Amino acid sequence: MAAAERWYRRHAALVRITHWINVVCFTLLLMSGLQIFNAHPALYVGERSDFDHPTISIRAHLSENGLVGETAIVGHSFDTTGVLGVSSENGQVSSRAFPSWITIPSSQDLATGRRWHFFFAWLLVLNALIYLVWGIASRHFGRDFLPSRVELGHIGRAVREHLRLRFPRGEAAKRYNVLQQFAYLMVVFVLFPLMILTGLTMSPGIDSALPQLLTLFGGRQTARLVHFAAASGLALFVIVHVVMVLVSGVWNNLRSMVTGWYDLGEPRTTDVR
Amino acid sequence: MSGDRLHRRGLLKALAAVGGLALSGCDRVASEPRLRSVLDAANSLTYKVQRLLIGAGRLAPEYSEADISPAFRGNGSTDPQDEEYLNLADNHFADWRLKIHGLVEHELSLSLQEVRTLPARTQITRHDCVEGWSCIAKWTGPPLAELLSRAGVKSEARFVVFHCADTLDDGGDSGADPESIRYYESIDLIDAEHPQTILAYEMNGEPLTVRHGAPLRLRLERQLGYKMAKYIMRIELVRSVTELHGGRGGYWEDRGYEWYAGI
Repeated sequence: MAAAERWYRRHAALVRITHWINVVCFTLLLMSGLQIFNAHPALYVGERSDFDHPTISIRAHLSENGLVGETAIVGHSFDTTGVLGVSSENGQVSSRAFPSWITIPSSQDLATGRRWHFFFAWLLVLNALIYLVWGIASRHFGRDFLPSRVELGHIGRAVREHLRLRFPRGEAAKRYNVLQQFAYLMVVFVLFPLMILTGLTMSPGIDSALPQLLTLFGGRQTARLVHFAAASGLALFVIVHVVMVLVSGVWNNLRSMVTGWYDLGEPRTTDVR
Repeated sequence: MSGDRLHRRGLLKALAAVGGLALSGCDRVASEPRLRSVLDAANSLTYKVQRLLIGAGRLAPEYSEADISPAFRGNGSTDPQDEEYLNLADNHFADWRLKIHGLVEHELSLSLQEVRTLPARTQITRHDCVEGWSCIAKWTGPPLAELLSRAGVKSEARFVVFHCADTLDDGGDSGADPESIRYYESIDLIDAEHPQTILAYEMNGEPLTVRHGAPLRLRLERQLGYKMAKYIMRIELVRSVTELHGGRGGYWEDRGYEWYAGI
């Protein structure tokens, strides 16, 4: 029965629920995190802050043309007026590292930013634990995330097809392709664990219980730098992920992440033969 | 597939609209008191979990002389202009006395010289500001536990309150009279009796400067900088902090920050 084979149950209920909780948590954590970053918009390597030599900093200074936003990365400065360092807030030019439209709350308010950040951090961690335990117990990770030898051999072809925005249909669409597998492995097993561990390393309370974390990351300020870098990595993933969702059949993708059902397409004659 | 494209454009517009609504809504939602109490639940959870993990005795990491920051940033007030304080500083704190009172068996009143003769602890620790930066310094002073045992803490006491000499300029948003916004902080007895909780009169081997809280400041190494009261005048043992100014247990706590600052 071709009609029955057309619909494929792509995502388990637990994946769908934890995915959307994660969307909410990550969005709010990113925005409240940038609010927290704005309180001291400079990152350092080591245990302590070497205020004169930040690795990354976003500052504002006054020039003859008015306020200038300046982003410096290991000594290289860029004029980022309008977005980073200096941006408009309620129609007024304001010196702030990240602009008001991307922070929670929009105005400078570290206390509220922290309150939101820690609440959604707890929610994210609990959500992630449920997802991890289920993913291991159901063999979701082993079955769907680990590329087979054949899939590994097709990396070149997968990259070429992605660049031409051609995506698998039919039987081949049932599995994550090898690029998806790499991206999801990276997000689930590298970037999110890094976020959580570096976040904990910044806590003076946790540092007294687990000083090994400081050794692992090379100090509290390095942990803060890695926290920022890993968050940037996740933000980059989200951008690519959303673009891929949009160009590879947005309704089909959204439906499968809401109801679970994915449309494999009309069976072609070659498929039924 | 123009239909698909139309859908796509419609979806993007819808997403942008929802996003915009969410952004403008966030600020209104963020200041909603009922939501605040829900979000605050996360902080109580953090407090309970950290208390379980670090208990009463786990020490904050200590560092070597080589790790000491060449330039230690001052947190909070760095140059109090309160007349009472300026008079004390003019006289090198010879007239300053540390008062310990409230729920204690015997009130204490100690001169700086008397504080300096108490058994002291020296520690090189990292100071983490709530803003995100860290500095390292060497601190010397008597453990708070030493003073508390001399005063004799009554069994009903639960918190140690620090009353300070400095009026911190918070941008004038509190509307309170200046007397009531002299800095104040509170900690629980678990932290008060922690071996690294000291009242420092020396920083990096030198007498504490005005910038860093002279003549006496608190070091509370498992929490953030704003807990570490500077310019201490009185230490009061209380049953609850609800009577203290805004009722949340500290100057910054009454301005939205968490009372437990272990994170």
